[in-house]
Amino acid sequence: MQMSGAQMVCEAIIAEGVKTVFGYPGGAIMHVYDEIYKQNGFEHILNRHEQAAVHAADGYARATGEVGVAMVTSGPGFTNAVTGLATAYMDSIPLVVISGQVPLSLIGTDGFQEIDAVGISRPCTKHNFLVRTLEELPRILKEAFYIARSGRPGPVLVDIPKDITVGIGNFVYPDTVNIPTYKPTYKGNKKQIEKAVEAIKKAKKPLIYVGGGAVLSNASELVRQLAQKTQIPTVETLMARGVMGAKNPLLLGMLGMHGNYASNMAMSETDLIIALGARFDDRVTGKLSEFARYADIIHVDIDPANIAKLVDVDYPIVGDVYDVLENMIPLLENVNTDRYQAWREILKRYDALHPQSYVDSDEVLKPQWVIERVGELVGENAIITSDVGQHQMWAAQHYPFDRPRQWINSGGLGTMGFGFPAAIGAKRAFPEKTVINITGDGSILMNMQELVTAAEYKIPVINLILNNHFLGMVRQWQTFFYEKRYSQTDLTFQPNWKALAEACGGIGYDVETKEEFDAALKDAIRQDKVCFMNIAINRFENVLPMVPAGGALFNMMLPQSEEK
Amino acid sequence: MGVEIMKDERRVISVIVMNESSVLARITALFAGRGYNIESLTVAPIPNSEMSHITIETKGNAKVMEQITKQLHKLIPVYKVIEHEEMVEKEMVLVKFPIAENLSDIAALCIAYNGGIVNVGKEMIIAQVADEPMRIQHFIEAAQRYNPCEIVRGGVVAIER
Repeated sequence: MQMSGAQMVCEAIIAEGVKTVFGYPGGAIMHVYDEIYKQNGFEHILNRHEQAAVHAADGYARATGEVGVAMVTSGPGFTNAVTGLATAYMDSIPLVVISGQVPLSLIGTDGFQEIDAVGISRPCTKHNFLVRTLEELPRILKEAFYIARSGRPGPVLVDIPKDITVGIGNFVYPDTVNIPTYKPTYKGNKKQIEKAVEAIKKAKKPLIYVGGGAVLSNASELVRQLAQKTQIPTVETLMARGVMGAKNPLLLGMLGMHGNYASNMAMSETDLIIALGARFDDRVTGKLSEFARYADIIHVDIDPANIAKLVDVDYPIVGDVYDVLENMIPLLENVNTDRYQAWREILKRYDALHPQSYVDSDEVLKPQWVIERVGELVGENAIITSDVGQHQMWAAQHYPFDRPRQWINSGGLGTMGFGFPAAIGAKRAFPEKTVINITGDGSILMNMQELVTAAEYKIPVINLILNNHFLGMVRQWQTFFYEKRYSQTDLTFQPNWKALAEACGGIGYDVETKEEFDAALKDAIRQDKVCFMNIAINRFENVLPMVPAGGALFNMMLPQSEEK
Repeated sequence: MGVEIMKDERRVISVIVMNESSVLARITALFAGRGYNIESLTVAPIPNSEMSHITIETKGNAKVMEQITKQLHKLIPVYKVIEHEEMVEKEMVLVKFPIAENLSDIAALCIAYNGGIVNVGKEMIIAQVADEPMRIQHFIEAAQRYNPCEIVRGGVVAIER
């Protein structure tokens, strides 16, 4: 069929089954926006900043498991999108971002709103394309979606010069993709899996270490089966919260810098790590030379480059967590679960010694109480997003996550300003679910313009602003490591949050007590409007336990040690 | 998991890539971004194919080499990465000498390194040598006494035996 390049873009998006596109128009992408105006195959959400558009597509992708799509113009439109691309890249989130570019004839001339988009985005995309002819456009679009969602997922940028969007050509959307240089491995090597199973049977203190890869491969049910069948204790990374389910007796908790005592001690004393889609990030391992000193390591990962990158691995298995577990679990049919009984007892004692805890107060709201209360009130029914900082860690520690894709946060890049637009994307994907962004008074101001987006499209996202009038996590480090010199972290000067929300078409709540919080949250859930809930919390509350950066995982600052 | 002290070693790798625009930029950006070393780099299309052959001379310990190989593999247009073990490797060098130098000595030196004088101008002569990289290094050292005014090394090309 004959059509313009701009029409081809829309047809490809429709053919990929995309229902919602997030974006922001501008000069170089106008032909595509003209075609968006004429079609009914997908809706377009006009975010108020390109960064937010990419985060919204990202939140949509994390909540659904499908490819998120964002569209931006050239130059500043694209550069604003870079943080969104990098955020998705670090967490392996499938996105296709389409950017306009100046016409081919102007490329390289420093034209108006020209910037080398493929050059800038090379290190923060899985792959990127600059379209050079109209003929290659359908194939590139097809490949972009395929590359984004296959193998280790990631964001793909398609940069399209304006004259290509206006050119007329024949459109046949390819049914299949053939990239001879790109063949991801899904099935793990059978012999390696058998060896790993033997190691599990011989271990005395095995530990399952689950990462975000288990979420990406939709392997949560199989991870639970593995733990259940073998009765092996399990720790989750920040990105894996929800995989095991909070009520699962085999889940020790989250490990790492702000992991709980039992999880970090388990990692320090285990004799066999079963790593499933986790990448031994520095926030997980602490000091590498002290990390898991007694352990052999089974490492299942779809990305060979993750294996043996930071730690030596004894049983490398390149493959998708889902496929590998599907083959591994039947081989563990007659595993002797009593073998690990003593180990489970040790860990139970560790957990009793230093449970994940905090000291509640009647005078001032504690952030941990707020998060636990949200869990009690909405629990598994909600999708929780977060920004980055103390509130993010408290949410990860205290929210009772029940299922994968319930917890959406920027783990790898740590992008402040991610939570609100990501919540908009998640809410658009699941309008029937309560979507709550747990944020801080620092993070929420980055991308607060999305109040307008959420109000216009009636996307009633609830923003819980845990307000300590500080850039709390930096303040915490200043307290511990910089002799309380609070350089540029005091946020005493604040907007009127309620008025701010109302000015943009939302609603605001000011909350200082438990009763007020309960009433406000119940009201906010009933509303069809976006809200800012300004929650005054204890100013100097710290996130604990904490492993100081570069320290050994077993050397934790615990709540008790703080009081001394 | 003891802490091993790993030695940096010179390695030559061949990377077979789709011959498409910006593929070389992807490779060099990967080396720059992850802090890997490039000692020399050569690239040319492979005859009768849509691929190009890139030869990279690099330095790193075994762990770094493993990461370089894996990270290169992750790039979408990379077809194959060969970490050379048993290879034939050659490099070319062009050297410009003043014509006033002892030409017969220079010619003899070139012959000793499988080369010769390939161009003679009014004031300068140009010598060319193609040999193993180590011998190219020796040739350049030996050539110093004839006051070379320009030396252009071509970078290593290698083929597995």
